Amino acid sequence: MWRRYLLCGLIGWIAAATPAHAFVAYVSNEKSNTVTVIDTDKWVVTKTIKVGQRPRGIEFARDGKSVLVAVGDDDKIEVIDTATLEVVDSLPSGPDPERFAQDAAGKTLYVANENDNTVTVIDLEKRTRIGDIQVGVEPEGMAISPDGKILINTSETTNMAHFIDTATREIVANVLVDARPRFAAFKRDSSELWVSSEIGGTVSVIDPAKRTITGKIKFDIPGLRREAIQPVGIGITKDDKTAFIALGPANRVAIVDAASHAVTKYLLVGQRVWQMAFTPDEKYLLVTNGVSNDVSVIDVAAQKVIKTIQVGELPWGITIAAQP
Amino acid sequence: MIRWLVSAIGLCIVATHAVAADPIEIGIGYLGQAGVKAKLSLVEQPAENDGIAGARLAIEDNNTTGKFLDQRFSLQEIRLREGEDAAKAATELAGRNGFIILDLPADAMLKAADALRDRGTVLFNAGSIDERLREQDCRANVIHVAPTRAMLADALAQYLVWKQWKRWLLVVGSHDQDKLYAEALRRAAARFGARIVQERTFEDTGGARRTDSGVTQIQRQMPVFTQQAPAYDVLVAADESEVFAAYLPYRTWDPRPVAGSAGLVPRSWDASLDQWGAIQMQNRFVKLNSRRMTALDMQAWTAVRMIGEATSRTKSGDPKAVSDFIKSADFSVAAFKGQRLTLRDWNLQLRQPILLVDGRMVVSVSPQEGFLHQVSELDTLGFDRPETKCKLR
Repeated sequence: MWRRYLLCGLIGWIAAATPAHAFVAYVSNEKSNTVTVIDTDKWVVTKTIKVGQRPRGIEFARDGKSVLVAVGDDDKIEVIDTATLEVVDSLPSGPDPERFAQDAAGKTLYVANENDNTVTVIDLEKRTRIGDIQVGVEPEGMAISPDGKILINTSETTNMAHFIDTATREIVANVLVDARPRFAAFKRDSSELWVSSEIGGTVSVIDPAKRTITGKIKFDIPGLRREAIQPVGIGITKDDKTAFIALGPANRVAIVDAASHAVTKYLLVGQRVWQMAFTPDEKYLLVTNGVSNDVSVIDVAAQKVIKTIQVGELPWGITIAAQP
Repeated sequence: MIRWLVSAIGLCIVATHAVAADPIEIGIGYLGQAGVKAKLSLVEQPAENDGIAGARLAIEDNNTTGKFLDQRFSLQEIRLREGEDAAKAATELAGRNGFIILDLPADAMLKAADALRDRGTVLFNAGSIDERLREQDCRANVIHVAPTRAMLADALAQYLVWKQWKRWLLVVGSHDQDKLYAEALRRAAARFGARIVQERTFEDTGGARRTDSGVTQIQRQMPVFTQQAPAYDVLVAADESEVFAAYLPYRTWDPRPVAGSAGLVPRSWDASLDQWGAIQMQNRFVKLNSRRMTALDMQAWTAVRMIGEATSRTKSGDPKAVSDFIKSADFSVAAFKGQRLTLRDWNLQLRQPILLVDGRMVVSVSPQEGFLHQVSELDTLGFDRPETKCKLR
């Protein structure tokens, strides 16, 4: 009995000692050429930052001091200082950058140049282009394997996930997936690579070692025509147990048991949901609803949508980290 | 010493060639007509390479994928002059190509299809919108990528009904194709709840299309031609022959919008489409062809992409394997229309959304919300399975 009291007291003490979430979310608004900053304690917009044209891919730099955003029509990546909330710099990116991936050390940036069938490699310290890789038609999805050795790029019209050796920058394998792959995500334990196919309507589960498809996740929503189910963004929890998949104009996020690959629930969010990001403590998942111009907040444990926050026009990407 | 070096190099070259696999060569033919059909609008004059330019871009796109799969695509073009035999040209193309994209009038297309029926060549109709090719004259060796007149008319009618512009003044040209279009529009009106309040015919009295005196006479003729009509919401013009419709907008007696062959026009594609990732497509096309993309270009692109999609998934360039795959229940193609496009299995017509454009912008895309269907909302456009006269052979 007394052990239970001790445990309870211990938990209470730890809970009290843990600081309140001090996280901030940055959302790129493709049409309004802005980035919306959201305080995830109060769930309010604290600032709207004017950026270059057609902002899409957005991610915190590894050191947390800046946020990188690809401004496609300006052919560069802008750097937002997280302390001052202003654009302070820009990086080369190759033409028409859409998404990008940073290596774990924050030294190398890989950028998908959508119009040019290329992935451009940027040295983040020297701030120069150090190479490029010819890939399929309309590259978008970018993901780096947990061990940093393989870069995955998906090509929308070629319908492939390209496996690129990060040391040699050569393509070592290509996996054909269903139509219009948009997003790639590795499980933390490297056992699986998931690739969403927007027009094919599926998520392919790939064995990264064998480089073959081992399964496909399909979606079925009663009353909704199948063509509207268009998977894009994927978010897998750190324990590799639960996955969330944005289903585009189906206006829903599917919750998937990441072990069995079974869909367990559909959550209704805003219109044309594409991308997502977890808060660092994984208490919340925020998703961008492009056509309704808002962001939905999902309570991950309760598996419920708890809030909707208005942002700019055509919200595209989202990245969340601790307040500086 | 040098001799050793030379022979070592020689050995390496031979060894490399022996080891490297030759890519599978996939030949695609394009059979169209020489010359362009003149349009009333100078701005709409088709390019000499209208259609094939789209096929060329798709060959490039297929080859980008193909380099990862050891498949190489090539395009061979034949243009038929007045009086030349379509069957002969098609047979010539079939000698080196397992697939042929056709942009021919209906009769010529059927001659080509029948000449190649036993050869196994897979044909794609990228140009003709004639209904009969998908109905009583359907062929098992022809896949239709171009939309039909009924699909275009239905797309327009759905939007006009959604807009509550249900009273139509229908103006029809005097040529056969104009009358076919009018027939499709009448059917669409009945199907979706519009009412044709009056029909008028615009006779083609011949004469030059382009003169230096420009608009002065037309400005007076069109109001007179359209006066004293019963109350109507929209003037729908059926003028595929390019005789009068382009002269109607802003010149009707009553201030009314024009639709059909001018004004609000239904098309499978337009250079102004920028949604569903289409801007990427438009950019690639302009970069390769130095002009904007037309509906015919996109129809040809889609046909060549269907072949590439099938060869990448079957890992084969064999026409039979490709044809079987394309006709299978699982086949679909992504063509920047926001949803997967599939074939109607009863007549091999590609289902597709249809754009409604005004020459500068996309005004809407049909099927319109609210028009339901038990299988696919895209089947609310055109002739549906229960109505078909097609028996594939």
